[in-house]
Amino acid sequence: MKTGNALFEYLLRLGDNCLILSQRLSEWCGHGPVLEEDIALTNVALDLLGQARFWLSYAGEIEGAGRDEDQLAFLREAGEFRNALLLEQPNGHYGETTARQFYFDAWHYLALKELRHSSDARVAEIAEKALKEVSYHLQRSADWVIRLGDGTEESHRRMQSSLDDLWMYTGELFEMDSIDEQMLRQGIGIDLAVLRLSWLEHVEKTLAQATLQLPAGNWMRRGGKQGVHTEKLGFLLAEMQFLQRAYPGAQW
Amino acid sequence: MHAEVDERGFQERLDAGIKIEPKDWMPEAYRATLVRQISQHAHSEIVGQLPEGNWITRAPTLKRKAILLAKVQDEAGHGLYLYSAVETLGVTRNQTIEDLLAGKAKYSSIFNYPTLTWADIGMIGWLVDGAAIVNQIPLCRCSYGPYARAMVRICKEENFHQRQGFDILLKLSRGTAAQKSMAQDALDRWWWPSLMMHGPPDAESKHSLQSMRWKIKLFSNDELRRKFVDQIAPQAVYLGLEIPDPDLKWNAARGHYDFGKIDWDEFYSVVKGNGPCNRDRLRTRIEAHEKGAWVREAAAAYAEKKRAGPEAA
Amino acid sequence: MSDWPLWEVFIRSQHGLAHKHVGSLHAPDAEMAMKNARDVYTRRNEGISIWVVRSSDITASSPADKEVLFEPANSKVYRYPGFYEVPEGIEHL
Repeated sequence: MKTGNALFEYLLRLGDNCLILSQRLSEWCGHGPVLEEDIALTNVALDLLGQARFWLSYAGEIEGAGRDEDQLAFLREAGEFRNALLLEQPNGHYGETTARQFYFDAWHYLALKELRHSSDARVAEIAEKALKEVSYHLQRSADWVIRLGDGTEESHRRMQSSLDDLWMYTGELFEMDSIDEQMLRQGIGIDLAVLRLSWLEHVEKTLAQATLQLPAGNWMRRGGKQGVHTEKLGFLLAEMQFLQRAYPGAQW
Repeated sequence: MHAEVDERGFQERLDAGIKIEPKDWMPEAYRATLVRQISQHAHSEIVGQLPEGNWITRAPTLKRKAILLAKVQDEAGHGLYLYSAVETLGVTRNQTIEDLLAGKAKYSSIFNYPTLTWADIGMIGWLVDGAAIVNQIPLCRCSYGPYARAMVRICKEENFHQRQGFDILLKLSRGTAAQKSMAQDALDRWWWPSLMMHGPPDAESKHSLQSMRWKIKLFSNDELRRKFVDQIAPQAVYLGLEIPDPDLKWNAARGHYDFGKIDWDEFYSVVKGNGPCNRDRLRTRIEAHEKGAWVREAAAAYAEKKRAGPEAA
Repeated sequence: MSDWPLWEVFIRSQHGLAHKHVGSLHAPDAEMAMKNARDVYTRRNEGISIWVVRSSDITASSPADKEVLFEPANSKVYRYPGFYEVPEGIEHL
């Protein structure tokens, strides 16, 4: 594949991860379990939204077809989104949100650490800035995994089942397809498979501290990078894209 | 042995512009009025997150989404600063919130109206935050230290809130015919409730006079309302929007805008709990509170375990 | 309903010399109090250093004792450099 096309796809993956997760987190605004958490979680949503905007804007430039961050965010169909399936899963209760966040933050942190060294200057720059924010995200979500895991019997039960339920979406994060391989060969992208061990190590350590079990199970659901999503994404996009679809071409 | 300052001494301090701090002697009525006023203000911020939060997931551009997220987050922060101020008066946040959820506490009536279109978000920023700012800036000089300091912090943050609302409407006013009529429709629905935000007419306002003597209210409701209309009316002209009041007219002799009669029946009805969204708002807050109970308990349990030490596990 | 204790927050800004009291918040423990303080009170670049203290750990002077505690210092003018006459011509004093 031409480098431009492959890079475009690669950037969409990074940007869509952040965009979809940010959208989910922003659903909590005004509904959090406590005021301080409402504010903290919104900060994470804002960080991720900012990162999404950087990735998607760059993607639009690389594509060279005149699409900006908004056209990419609001006018693509579900089949054109490249986020990992984990991120489009619904918020559920706070344990489910925490599990989704923790699994992702641990991956995101490791991925950005490597992307900082990308041979593409812009990728490296975005990753460097994002890493500062994501380091904090990871501390936060780990804190909550521990408090919910080692809190009350009820919180322990809820946290464990949340981790169990979302486990099948974690495999996809470490799979390399032909685009990943091409980006890696060119020094632009990273080796996702190699991240898996560090990720497992970090997750296991946190879960142990939280008195939780690492979920078992080898079957992984996949397809996000290829645009084959779960049924959840359609509803999310219908809500997110509504105004732009209802008023085509309008400026806001 | 502690010397007690009597009411006259207390009033002298207020008149001299001296701030009252948490441990100072104060008349019980002063304390009770402050608790009521500050907690109502705090509840307004928290409940106010809901009508605007409604449109975060549907914001029409990523930039607007980020701005709205930051704004609603600020409201949560404002609620937090104000709850902190109430706590200095000997009422815990838990107690204050329990009163809200039990329907015993009031919050600003404006948040009982629904946000039906994106233009409503513009209206809230422009009109509702505009009205709030007119009220809040003088409060930075109020007599109770923690409240004044919270207001200073809030006012610094509030500046961008009104501007982003106006900016949304400016874009709509320069947009398509559908967008222009969206904006006009929103103004038709939000104008009169925004005027009511400043509270009942002075003649009917029970607490106002004493609150003004105690310097926890610096301008009367009617004064604030008049100031608001004078500021907003020219801005509406700029936006090409028509304020839904046939009696709104600049009065050169008075140097202010004249405006029409407010339907106070509607105001009192909403205040009593019969506005469009009162029940919804309360139910949403109760639900968030109840659903979050296990989370709060877990964090408290964990903290307790750590404090008790490893041998107690 | 479980109670999260109240914490007072002190922030030293980028150009500041001392930590200033900015407000309070609720948190279950010190770790969360610190992070919450960062999220609530430093969204506009206000700080580079945060202290959080349990409100119950703060000992405050009583306003009733103001005169006894602070008045005596007012009359000890010899603590100020202006009290002393420096002869003309003497530098670095």
